Amino acid sequence: MSGPNAGKGREIRSYAIGYVLALGLTCLAFAAVRWPTFAADTTLAIVFGLALLQMIVHFRFFLHISLSRSSRDDLQLVLFSTLIVALMVSGTLVILFNLRERMM
Amino acid sequence: MSTSELRHIGLNLGATDAATHRQAGNDVFGFWVFLMSDAVIFALLFATYGVMLSATAGGPTPAAEYKIGPAFVETLLLLTSSFTFGMASVAMKQGTGRRQLLGWMAVTLMFGAAFLGMELHDFATMFGDGAYPTRSGFLSAFFALVPLHGLHVFFGGIWIIVMMLQVLVFGLDARVKINILRLGLFWHFLDIVWIAIFSVVYLQGLIR
Repeated sequence: MSGPNAGKGREIRSYAIGYVLALGLTCLAFAAVRWPTFAADTTLAIVFGLALLQMIVHFRFFLHISLSRSSRDDLQLVLFSTLIVALMVSGTLVILFNLRERMM
Repeated sequence: MSTSELRHIGLNLGATDAATHRQAGNDVFGFWVFLMSDAVIFALLFATYGVMLSATAGGPTPAAEYKIGPAFVETLLLLTSSFTFGMASVAMKQGTGRRQLLGWMAVTLMFGAAFLGMELHDFATMFGDGAYPTRSGFLSAFFALVPLHGLHVFFGGIWIIVMMLQVLVFGLDARVKINILRLGLFWHFLDIVWIAIFSVVYLQGLIR
């Protein structure tokens, strides 16, 4: 890669690749639910897996997050926020589902 | 510091505008702090929704209220608007002319407005079915999460209009360029939040 985010052609191509990938992943998730072929649990896992993939695609091609050496402060901010989000969401789910189980 | 270095996450101005590129580092970092705190709010609303999912209190269920068609079209609209805003960012950065930049921004605004219109129609249908926020824990969580995203898109749309006016009045000076960089990050971020809503809320609710 020469220079930040490379030249104009490369930039447009990057957005286009991201768009096509995201479109494909959305359609796959939609199809998995619209025309169910697997058990409900498997479909849910597929949908969540595709969503995670698509988020990575968005971060990579639309927000240009790269693991290159420069812009490390931003990257640390994003990674730290991801950690916080994971802790808080999983903690909330564990505690509240456990609470509900005990109250049932 | 060379101009060929990445100074922040997102589209970098780089050598196309070296002075603004240097300034953008700090400004865009501040905006990322805001975006990530916003992400924490959304993440916790998602967690609340997940917990409340089965708390329908004998009222409308997710499977009965969600329509997969409109939700899918809304996803495509927002996804396409993200791409068109990317094109606007490239036009801004490469200086391919103000008309091209304004054109792409107007297209993005149209897709955003179409998305909001469809979403409001969905909500109106739900209210008509008796699925309003105070009906059950599930609906409270739904109406806390999804309309908050809609509100973000609404204000993002207003921001696009403001930026189009700024481009017309001030031209592409450093401040306007950095504002458009920030707006781009905001718009792409909203698209990511919507992907989570589409999967966690709509698709999960509709799986049989």
